[in-house]
Amino acid sequence: MSDTTLNNRFLVRDHHPENGTLLGFWLYLMSDCLVFACLFAAYGVLGRSYAGGPGGAELFDLPIVALNTAFLLMSSITYGFAMLEMQKGKVGSVQLWLVVTGLFGAAFLGVELFEFHHLIEHGHGPQASAFLTSFFSLVGTHGLHVTFGIVWLITLMIQVGKFGLTAANKRRLMCLSMFWHFLDVVWIGVFTFVYLMGVL
Amino acid sequence: MADHNHDHHGDHSHGDNHHDGGGHDHGTLKSYTIGFLLSVVLTAIPFWLVMHKVLPSKSTTALVILAFAAVQIVVHMVYFLHMNTRSEGGWTMLALIFTVVLVVITLSGSLWVMYHMNANMMPTLQELKAMP
Amino acid sequence: MTTDIQTLLLGKLSLEAIPYHEPILVGTFAAVALGGLALLALLTKYRLWGYLWREWFTSIDHKKIGVMYIVMGIVFLLRGFADAVMMRAQQSMAFGDNMGFLPPHHYDQVFTAHGVIMIFFVAMPLVTGFMNYVVPLQIGARDVAFPFLNNFSFWMTASGGTLVMISLFIGEFAKTGWLAYPPLSGIQFSPDVGVDYYIWSLQIAGVGTLLSGVNLIATIVKMRAPGMTMMKMPVFTWTALCTNVLIVAAFPVLTAVLAMLSMDRYVGTNFFTNDLGGNAMMYVNLIWIWGHPEVYILVLPVFGIFSEVVSTFSGKRLFGYASMVYATVVITILSYLVWLHHFFTMGSGASVNSFFGISTMIISIPTGAKIFNWLFTMYRGRIKFEVPMLWTVGFMVTFVIGGMTGVLLAVPPADFVLHNSLFLIAHFHNVIIGGVLFGLFAGINFWFPKAFGFKLDPFWGKVSFWCWQIGFFFAFMPLYVLGLMGVTRRMSHFDDPSLQVWFIIAAFGALLIAAGIGAFIVQIGYSIWKRKELADVSGDPWGGRTLEWSTSSPPPDYNFAFTPRVYDNDAWHDMKSAGFQRPTGGFVDIHMPKNTGAGIILAGIAGVMGFAMIWHMWLIAGVSFASLILGAIVHTFNYNRDYYIKVDQVTRTEEARTAQLAQLA
Repeated sequence: MSDTTLNNRFLVRDHHPENGTLLGFWLYLMSDCLVFACLFAAYGVLGRSYAGGPGGAELFDLPIVALNTAFLLMSSITYGFAMLEMQKGKVGSVQLWLVVTGLFGAAFLGVELFEFHHLIEHGHGPQASAFLTSFFSLVGTHGLHVTFGIVWLITLMIQVGKFGLTAANKRRLMCLSMFWHFLDVVWIGVFTFVYLMGVL
Repeated sequence: MADHNHDHHGDHSHGDNHHDGGGHDHGTLKSYTIGFLLSVVLTAIPFWLVMHKVLPSKSTTALVILAFAAVQIVVHMVYFLHMNTRSEGGWTMLALIFTVVLVVITLSGSLWVMYHMNANMMPTLQELKAMP
Repeated sequence: MTTDIQTLLLGKLSLEAIPYHEPILVGTFAAVALGGLALLALLTKYRLWGYLWREWFTSIDHKKIGVMYIVMGIVFLLRGFADAVMMRAQQSMAFGDNMGFLPPHHYDQVFTAHGVIMIFFVAMPLVTGFMNYVVPLQIGARDVAFPFLNNFSFWMTASGGTLVMISLFIGEFAKTGWLAYPPLSGIQFSPDVGVDYYIWSLQIAGVGTLLSGVNLIATIVKMRAPGMTMMKMPVFTWTALCTNVLIVAAFPVLTAVLAMLSMDRYVGTNFFTNDLGGNAMMYVNLIWIWGHPEVYILVLPVFGIFSEVVSTFSGKRLFGYASMVYATVVITILSYLVWLHHFFTMGSGASVNSFFGISTMIISIPTGAKIFNWLFTMYRGRIKFEVPMLWTVGFMVTFVIGGMTGVLLAVPPADFVLHNSLFLIAHFHNVIIGGVLFGLFAGINFWFPKAFGFKLDPFWGKVSFWCWQIGFFFAFMPLYVLGLMGVTRRMSHFDDPSLQVWFIIAAFGALLIAAGIGAFIVQIGYSIWKRKELADVSGDPWGGRTLEWSTSSPPPDYNFAFTPRVYDNDAWHDMKSAGFQRPTGGFVDIHMPKNTGAGIILAGIAGVMGFAMIWHMWLIAGVSFASLILGAIVHTFNYNRDYYIKVDQVTRTEEARTAQLAQLA
């Protein structure tokens, strides 16, 4: 660092503060954890209030949930591959793995929307009981996050396509990486606490 | 064309990719694969336990699958999110620990408080019948 | 057909929403409209729109944003205080047959608006404004970590505040109290738009606050000057760090709870309904998990202000720096373990109440430690009773009383008698006014010269202080008495005439406080008029100890031509003691972020979306939501966000400063 040319022990000639984007995004994710904590808490308190209607054991279709979980887990590993290709600077491979990730994410959403539609069609929508309210809110909020993630992914693909793997774009890809894996972490909580324990 | 960087501005700051001033870990093919395989196993077993009613007691099953979930979350943190104590000078880990503590307080606190509230304040069947 | 289009475009909004038949509102509107038009006319006449847009509204400079937050806070203080005056007037006259001038449905909106405005649009912006202005300067940085996000955060807060102001003239506000408990705030018992105004203004402002929290933590962690380790940071920066940690950890809870309430209202879900399994007590539980950390978000920065003021005006290093830091961190963590003390009476039983009662008493201890540290700093110091120091001593006396009544309320059996009585009202006003507000006025007087280049007039400052100090006691001590006698809060009318004398005394106190606010406005106006005599040429009018005082008043856009290197606490004091010499040459280009209109535009769209959601204008809501997302995405395609201040401009600015300082010698 060239502060020897400035002959003053109290001053630094060329100071470049470290970039705070990754830390900032991590902090935002921590705040998002708390949003989910509230939704989990609401589910914990209200999740057995069936209002005389059906509960998880009657309504949840575990094979479908297993399929969904597989889609999301696959999307996590494919994003990981995208990141490995990013380290090597290979735009084409990055884009390819991003597409695969997006497709798995879309498949996850598709299955989930199918599940929701089925429930609502049979009169088990979020208005039917506090259990269903908290179920739809928690799982639905997670799904909304996945949706935003996919929109972001598409946007980033366009930006990487246009401008390449610049430092800014790499930071953005790393932020989306954190977001995507975080959503998978939340899903672990969802399939355990909501679906598996709901069926017990 | 991708590597032909126009924006010298963006590359100014430290803490970016080549020589990680922030202590960021980026994983390898091996670590991602290990994480993935562990996650598959840690997911399959709880699903199997519940779908095939393997254990006799429901509360034991619940505890077991919660434990598996906790372990899998750690696996995701380590192998996918590359959690370590060096990242951002330890601030990433500190933020995570603080958040986990608060999540535990929010969850357990709410459950404890609301359980007591319901026990004390939920109207009895007789009181419900007496309401208009 | 036309009704269908009308419903599609305007939702529930119609001409009936405008309160023609409420004389107070009509009068207020007339005053606001006249004043507003006058302001717009003046701005147009002096051609200030371009200036305002370029230099202030689109600025990403933390200093400008900080000033805008504080201006916003002061404007909303006037509105919130107007609500207070109306309440004091009503409660001093409405006894027996006299129903006063505010019918209950209006009174209920007044006390709700008073609380919401004072917490969310006065105290929060003022505190955020100070942290924004001061922290980058104190850590030797040129701006915050995410300058654009900073601008966006401000405009989101302003957007939320605008919605609250609009509710005065279009529709009505919530009648539920500032925390809007269900079932009253649910769609069945509050079918009107009031609670929706509440929800959307807080959700929009809440996004701004949360992002600001992330911003300041990243700034403090990543952008400190070389040599400034954590334990060499100024105490105000420490309290800012802990406050922003609380913000990031608490505001998501508010977001989630309000989202749940809005789902109940808009979609018919059953989170907090009386039937189908809902549980209104869960709302109270969750909202206070946010609410208690919120009050520490308000008070911790102010504790930091007092630390700076006390050490500067005692001419001494702060006593017990390490214990101050630990106390702040302990308060931060403990603030998450006390929330139930806000609803001891809801019925969770003895074991739960005991736990939270004890934890509440424990949290008073680190605050007590801070008071002792300030006193020990003053002990054997050379104390200068400038206006900030007056506010500080006033705080020490006033806040401690409020703290003690808090510990009294922390005892569950006592709380069973005093919950929701005027004793509670007196307690929290005691700590918020005696603590937060007094600290904010201390901070305004302390840092005003830095921001504007001239001090605030001390005479009017002292008038303001004494009016507030004495006014506070007259306004709130009677409320302690009334509370102990069993009088409930939020009443617009009383049957027992023997209570009236206390309310009259309280109203007198409110008048004194009004005088205090008036004196503050006079102080600002008079100081601007006399700014040449009050000028701060040195940049260090008080003999400050921290780095912000090393800059000119006001600082240049880039804050520091060269980043300082820090060796000790009280870095500027250290530099002065070591005979620091300003560099006279060798300057370099300085890398700075660009101004942008994206923040105000996106926040404006968010405000439109909020208004549309409130009035069920689904088409407009949908379009504005889509525009918001699209606008945000378009903004991310702008990679060209910075520029360089060229070395010759830096040299000119620094040479002017050197000349200015030479004048003093």
